[in-house]
Amino acid sequence: MKEKRYIVYALFVVFLLTAPLYLNRYWLEVLNSVGLYAILGLSLNIIVGYGGMFHMGHAAFYAIGAYTTAIISTSYGVPVLWLMPLSGLTAGVFALVVARPIIHLRGDYLLIVTIGLVEIVRIALINNVFGITGGANGIFGIPRPTLFGYKIFKSHQFLYLIWGCVAVTVFFFYRLENSRFGRALVYLKEDEIAAEGSGVHTARYKLAAFVLGAFWAGMVGTLFAAKMTIISPESFSFWESVLYFMIVILGGSGNIAGVILGAFLVIGLPEFFRGLENYRLLMFGAAMIFMMIFRTQGILPPRQKVFDVSRFRKGGEPI
Amino acid sequence: MEEFFQQLTNGLAVGGIYALIALGYTMVYGVLKLINFAHGDLFTIGAYLGLTLLTSMSLMDSLGVFFGLLLLVLMVMGLVGLIGVLLDQIAYKPLRQSPRLSAVVSALGASIVFQNAVMLIYGARFQVYPQDILPRIVINIFGMPVPLIRIMILMASIFMMGALYFFIQRTKVGTAIRAAAEDQGAARLMGIDVNRVIMLVFLIGPALGGAAGLMVGLYYGQINFTMGWIYGLKAFTAAILGGIGNIPGAMVGGILLGVIEALGAAYISIAWKDAIAFFVLILILIFRPTGLLGERVAEKI
Amino acid sequence: MILKLSNLTKRFGGLTAVDRVSFDVEEQTVMGLIGPNGAGKTTIFNLITGNYKPDEGEIVFQGQSIGGVWTNKIVMLGIARTFQTIRLFQNLSALENVLAGCHCRMKSGPIGAMLKTPGQKQEELWALEHAMKQLQFVGLADRAELLSGNLSYGNQRLLEIARALATNPRLLILDEPAGGMNEQETEALIELIFKMRDSGLTVLLIEHDMGLVMKACNRLVVVEYGKKIAEGTPEEIQADSRVIEAYLGIDEEE
Repeated sequence: MKEKRYIVYALFVVFLLTAPLYLNRYWLEVLNSVGLYAILGLSLNIIVGYGGMFHMGHAAFYAIGAYTTAIISTSYGVPVLWLMPLSGLTAGVFALVVARPIIHLRGDYLLIVTIGLVEIVRIALINNVFGITGGANGIFGIPRPTLFGYKIFKSHQFLYLIWGCVAVTVFFFYRLENSRFGRALVYLKEDEIAAEGSGVHTARYKLAAFVLGAFWAGMVGTLFAAKMTIISPESFSFWESVLYFMIVILGGSGNIAGVILGAFLVIGLPEFFRGLENYRLLMFGAAMIFMMIFRTQGILPPRQKVFDVSRFRKGGEPI
Repeated sequence: MEEFFQQLTNGLAVGGIYALIALGYTMVYGVLKLINFAHGDLFTIGAYLGLTLLTSMSLMDSLGVFFGLLLLVLMVMGLVGLIGVLLDQIAYKPLRQSPRLSAVVSALGASIVFQNAVMLIYGARFQVYPQDILPRIVINIFGMPVPLIRIMILMASIFMMGALYFFIQRTKVGTAIRAAAEDQGAARLMGIDVNRVIMLVFLIGPALGGAAGLMVGLYYGQINFTMGWIYGLKAFTAAILGGIGNIPGAMVGGILLGVIEALGAAYISIAWKDAIAFFVLILILIFRPTGLLGERVAEKI
Repeated sequence: MILKLSNLTKRFGGLTAVDRVSFDVEEQTVMGLIGPNGAGKTTIFNLITGNYKPDEGEIVFQGQSIGGVWTNKIVMLGIARTFQTIRLFQNLSALENVLAGCHCRMKSGPIGAMLKTPGQKQEELWALEHAMKQLQFVGLADRAELLSGNLSYGNQRLLEIARALATNPRLLILDEPAGGMNEQETEALIELIFKMRDSGLTVLLIEHDMGLVMKACNRLVVVEYGKKIAEGTPEEIQADSRVIEAYLGIDEEE
């Protein structure tokens, strides 16, 4: 069983590595887009999947990262990829400031407030707040990224860059999931009072989940800005947030593989039905209702954690 | 002064519309503790159905303006109410025993379905209401001109709210609704058919929302498939502002929000008009989550 | 003296749920809190564990005033609890439930976890061992990998105790630990309570099973309508006419 899973993972990696050999530019771009959404989904998964907080304003953090990159790279000529940590940091600090007063709100209230948040950010961007966001037209002329002296501009180059970032994210988040921090988030999702009663500082962990999720989304913002070379407020609407949310909920909230599968389903699958593009959201809406009724945990729900406890038992018997 | 007066009456009319939509949120929340995210889209459906009925049936010609409009409103309310009941039966009823947030996700899914269904049927472009339905009369109040439609909308929403208030407070069925909102289990033990109450709530709330959609069509003259989303959020803000689950609260909250928004747009900045409601929402949830007329409830451990 | 309540008062609206209650808990003893349903026992527990903030009065734990301090801080200071309505993490294994208790005795954060620093690795190993020890202590080591929701009622109560023990408490608060247990399980629970006391713990418990209360507790406090009406050894309480009238008499008729 376990081996079967790893065979699927290995085949998937081989597919991504060799994709440029048999996929045309169009399909490579689809893969790139799936990759970006996969990282966004994984960053939202920390908040929604592990922490169980219904957050629908993730596009706000993504936007702040993308705009940070766009503004600094176009006005000061800093190489784009160097701006990743800074963009993450800006989004993280923003999350810290805005999430602090609302973090204690109950599930559905938090949901509606985060929707308000992403709308306010979008309206602020359109209104050219501080005179640096370029209003409704956004910012253009963002330079292409360079990596080890190579300029990245072709689809397959972006494929490796983006999916490399996905790999790094999976590597780190897998460790996070299996740590004190990751467990604490799951505890507070399961039962906040019991978590607090077991010594988990629930308010701090909720905030930390928001900040970490926002930090990661901000870094994806850099990738997005560098890939698009032009960004505008319409890329960061509430409906974007709904897409990330669907990726997490449909794929399997709290499960890394599930979220990546979710990104393929929500972003990749519709590409096979180009003629039915207008029906895409309709189908997703119906799928959300359907999933909630028949499979609340998503397609790939999290598996039970396995710990190696044999060493704490003597000769098979409990110590 | 005139500017202020115009903005005030405009705010009151829009506030009446918010209040009508807010009633649907607050009634459903009262009984099911669910934010019905699809409610805003039922409002949109009301606007579109109104347009279809208006252009296809020429009610005004045969019945005259008053009775034509009355029949139109009743038909829209009935149809949207029916859709509301269907929505509950399909998307929410199977989730009564599930965690609360599952139903919220389902509601969001339903909202997406409705919105895109309207787009597929009517197209993505703005639709225009016929301009010659209502005679363009301007009347003078305190020496200042106010369009008749503004007054009519305010009067109509006040009338509907009054009727609902009477129904909820004075009739037996209304008492059952209030009892089910207070404590479903106890209401069930007292012999109240809670399922019927829920069905009724999903009939009345969307009916009022549908009527509000029709009013927006008549007032602004143009409608769009996404408009339910922003109106819905604002009406929800109004419901929270008044205290969610509280019916008079939704009425007060709606009118208050309409006025705040109209005055804010006029005297602060028109560009930030849509953000004003969200700021109000966030502030109220941070500082007084039970709303202006809501009561505090202690959480049991 | 490990815990001292003085004039503790809590009101909900017009109702005074806890009314000027004072008592002391001596180190390494088992103290029982008894009284009819709705007397305010669990509210007293919630005040001690920081779930509620007292309106008046003081709670002093090991010389430190803890009234109104955050729950997680109180756990850090050494007070752990179980819940009357079992509050386990139902979808997680027994072991993961106990790991929750280890949380407050660990330090590593998200960055340490992502980088898997040597300190973090060692800490995780310590937590596993510590959690297994607690499961072993309550007799659930062989059920470590079962989902907690699938355990029997009695075992769920024991698992809650293991989770509380994992926080390394000085004072353990048990809210109706024998609720839903059969006779043998209750006997085993009494043994477990003695074992905990002998290992240096102080236990404060609410229980309706009078057999357990009389056998396991060194001292009892009786509350009714939010007020303390008696305090003493089990023998003294059994002889107290007010208590018999208010509580024990009714209980025996049942």
